[in-house]
Amino acid sequence: MKALGIDIGSRFIKAVLVEKGEVSGFRKLDTSFDPLERCRKLLEEMPAQKVVATGYGRHLLEVHTDIKTITEIKAFARGARAMFPACRTIIDIGGQDTKVISLGEPGAVRKFEMNDRCAAGTGKFLEIMARALGYSIEDFGSEASKGSAGLQINSMCTVFAESEVISLITKGAKREDIAMALHRSVSGRVLSMAQRVDMEDEIVFAGGCAKNRLLKELLEAGTGKKVHVSQTPEITGALGAALFAFELN
Amino acid sequence: MSGKDYTKMWEGLGLNLENHAGLLGVLSKAYTDIYLSQKNRPKAMEYFDFVISEVHGLRIEEIVNAKEAGRKVVGTFCVYVPEEIVLAANGVCIGLCAGAEVGSSEAEKFIPRNTCALIKAFMGFKLSGLCPYVESSDLIVGETTCDGKKKAYESFNDITGKVYVMEIPHMKTAEDRKLWLSEVRRFKAKMEELTGNKITLEGLKKAASIVNAKRKALQRLSRLRAADPAPISGLDALLVNQVSFYDDPVRFTEMTSKLCDELEQRVSQGTGVAAKGAPRILVSGSPMAIPNWKLHAIIEGSGAVAVGEESCIGERNHRDLLDENFGSVDEAMEKLASRYLGIDCACFTPNDERLGNIKALTKNLHANGVIHYSLQFCTPYMMEAYRVEKAITETPFMRIETDYSMEDFGQLKTRVEAFIEMLK
Repeated sequence: MKALGIDIGSRFIKAVLVEKGEVSGFRKLDTSFDPLERCRKLLEEMPAQKVVATGYGRHLLEVHTDIKTITEIKAFARGARAMFPACRTIIDIGGQDTKVISLGEPGAVRKFEMNDRCAAGTGKFLEIMARALGYSIEDFGSEASKGSAGLQINSMCTVFAESEVISLITKGAKREDIAMALHRSVSGRVLSMAQRVDMEDEIVFAGGCAKNRLLKELLEAGTGKKVHVSQTPEITGALGAALFAFELN
Repeated sequence: MSGKDYTKMWEGLGLNLENHAGLLGVLSKAYTDIYLSQKNRPKAMEYFDFVISEVHGLRIEEIVNAKEAGRKVVGTFCVYVPEEIVLAANGVCIGLCAGAEVGSSEAEKFIPRNTCALIKAFMGFKLSGLCPYVESSDLIVGETTCDGKKKAYESFNDITGKVYVMEIPHMKTAEDRKLWLSEVRRFKAKMEELTGNKITLEGLKKAASIVNAKRKALQRLSRLRAADPAPISGLDALLVNQVSFYDDPVRFTEMTSKLCDELEQRVSQGTGVAAKGAPRILVSGSPMAIPNWKLHAIIEGSGAVAVGEESCIGERNHRDLLDENFGSVDEAMEKLASRYLGIDCACFTPNDERLGNIKALTKNLHANGVIHYSLQFCTPYMMEAYRVEKAITETPFMRIETDYSMEDFGQLKTRVEAFIEMLK
């Protein structure tokens, strides 16, 4: 029996195929302007008896198909727990949402915090700032690690922060230092959100931004705790959805 | 929305006809999408559907007719304004429009952008000529609950010339009670002056019985929502509470009682609007003025039922009855002052009664979760939410800050859905 989990995020659609409880396939596509068509393609390429959708675009599938949906909160809880069975806290920095999820035993969501309306402190923020500084998003973290701390980006609003970045550039600040400041501002925002859910060990950093090593290090420095990142943090939500699909009757 | 043509009446009231037609169109569509699409609605909700379809029509016509017959119309924004005094002076008491994102740019000529949606809306409704209630009012009674309203009333008076403000104390000491009692007496004098009618013991007795009957009907509705399965949706119950501020009180009581009779039957038959065991949410916090149905629509669109509103449009409006056992006008003023000062608005400090009331309501309504709802920039409720969260230890709790716009609908839906998943 094959079960498919689809996580329709604001930037990427991730799909994970699970067979006999093990991951047997993974695809990632741009969400694009026609996510429904993308999902249909994935459903064709990765045929499965059971499907569960999650992520920001989940209702698209609910409306157009009879696919069941769960929220990304529940999907991340399940996926992170499958990767790290002792996980109690999940930090996810996604394309337009940032979430901190606290799990009780045996892995049920106990509490969560999420940004409520704008893209402040999310992956989108980092992406726009990387572009403003001429970095690729893949190298942004490693390039920023070369910078030193000291500069401060005060605004969390993407538009205002971009003006701050430009004003720092015109003052002659080094771009790696500005990049460092931007990473610190994102991690600071996530850490203040994390404080509201009473973080407990073990902490898992999931979602696409978890590939950014600097963010991981800053979260570790901020919490004073080890932060786990899997080899493929971006599949956490889709994996969780696939595992739920696997158990559907 | 309605069959009859009210254009002349609206024109006479000075409404902006083009904007107004647009507003009614949007309202009608929202009502169809959110309300009429619901399943298993009680038959008696037909009356409330009718009231909404005529909210700017037939009801306004009644009010205009009452004015022609010499009655004065008093518009209010707050549950602290003693309705009994308005009725005892033979006035008509109505709530004013404040529940939709309307005329924001107009409003921002008088108040800052970062003002709560409710205040922005009452300014916006007036400035864009969209509220027939405010245009029909002879007196608009404001109150010093929060700073935003208090200061907005100054400009609102510059615009309308009809604002009268009651001073609400912010503590409940003996001195505050004295101040409030004198404010209630001052309001009585104001109403006598406005209407030319002397407020008598007999008039107060009659008014007290009308308003208490309305509260009792709303209390009964609230109690019936404790049943599982819930006999009525939160959306419908919220609507009944919203309509209580607009409708003729005697007719409203009669129709709400009919609704409750039907709900009682449903409860005894074990039928309801959602499956037995569906997650039950108590909504607590800022008022939801008509047509603000956003949060309830999200909750109930996610498979849960809203079973109560710990809010001014809800429990705070009807929880306490007026003690009708008074033998003189002066004694009535004391009873009124004491009844209204019992309201647990977040503008008071300390406001521990509210914490106890939320706990009791959670228990009585068998709620599985509490969602605290604050309008953005509604500082009293935004601040108090943190104390509520600490007090509500036995029930899952979530805090939401939002406004009337739909831009955060997706995020809000994800948060509410995830919260409901937690309860299952």
